[in-house]
Amino acid sequence: MSGADRESSDPRDLALRVEALEALLREKGFLDSAQVDAIVRHYEEDVGPLNGAKVVARAWTDTAYRRRLLADGTAAIAELGFGGPQGEYMVVLENTPTVHNVVVCTLCSCYPWPVLGLPPAWYKSPAYRSRIVREPRAVLREMGLELPAEVEVRVWDSSSEVRYLVLPERPAGTEKLSEDELRRLVTRDAMIGVGKVRVGSEASGG
Amino acid sequence: MWEAKPPVADPTVALTGAAAPPRRNGELVFGAPWESRLFGVTLALCEAGLFRWEEFRTLLCQEISAWEAQGSAKESWSYYARWQVAFERLLAEKGLCTAFELEACARTLAARPSGHDHADLDGATHPRTR
Repeated sequence: MSGADRESSDPRDLALRVEALEALLREKGFLDSAQVDAIVRHYEEDVGPLNGAKVVARAWTDTAYRRRLLADGTAAIAELGFGGPQGEYMVVLENTPTVHNVVVCTLCSCYPWPVLGLPPAWYKSPAYRSRIVREPRAVLREMGLELPAEVEVRVWDSSSEVRYLVLPERPAGTEKLSEDELRRLVTRDAMIGVGKVRVGSEASGG
Repeated sequence: MWEAKPPVADPTVALTGAAAPPRRNGELVFGAPWESRLFGVTLALCEAGLFRWEEFRTLLCQEISAWEAQGSAKESWSYYARWQVAFERLLAEKGLCTAFELEACARTLAARPSGHDHADLDGATHPRTR
């Protein structure tokens, strides 16, 4: 392995290096660039928190589904057509008035891609990964979520296999909303556990 | 650092780093084209069965903790820069691509005239990623 120059994080150097990597692997026959295009497009355009929001809205409106989801997350999520890399072993964590779950990957960036897409920058940041374990309430407060002292905070560290999805509490006053209307309330942050679902703060479209 | 919400009209501003601008219901998926290519190449090779994801994840964790252990003298944080180092290590370990080959190829690409589409080693043309 070469030394210092490969540690450079100059974006131009990195861009060049990645370009060289792709060209070499293609030339060697290991790689089809059209497949790379398709993968990138899939994660940029097709997969995102909307999938997880559908799971949550279904669980809120269908008691039997909710039970299946909490018993076997992977299978229940697959019922809605979601699965694939980083979703092979899904565990769903139910928030209640007394327990609040929040998810992290302390070592890198493990995240349930099929239901949430790729993780936001803050989820991958050294600060979040280290601090949410040590001082979850303080970090959540900084992120805009103040939890009463009597609520137990459980921090879940994604291991090499398990990926977690938080099932947020259904907000009060939403009894008359349809599954589709509920789905639009569910945010990515609520499904990581750094936010709550609130009425009137719809996840914008996406 | 985790202000999320408001849509950003100009996604070209400050695209790299931990504070990449958010857009609808979240943030930009990738901060720069090279990040998306790196992600796609890694996943494509994994899907082709050339390595198990866990093998890559282990190296990525090592690179991230190595960066964190450097203390204050370290370079600025870039998640995909760590990914790149981990991926290069994996490719070398698997005998798929050596650092020597990679550097030679990067030098060739760097010597191209700038500012227009280029021909790759195999003649395929793509827009410049950067």
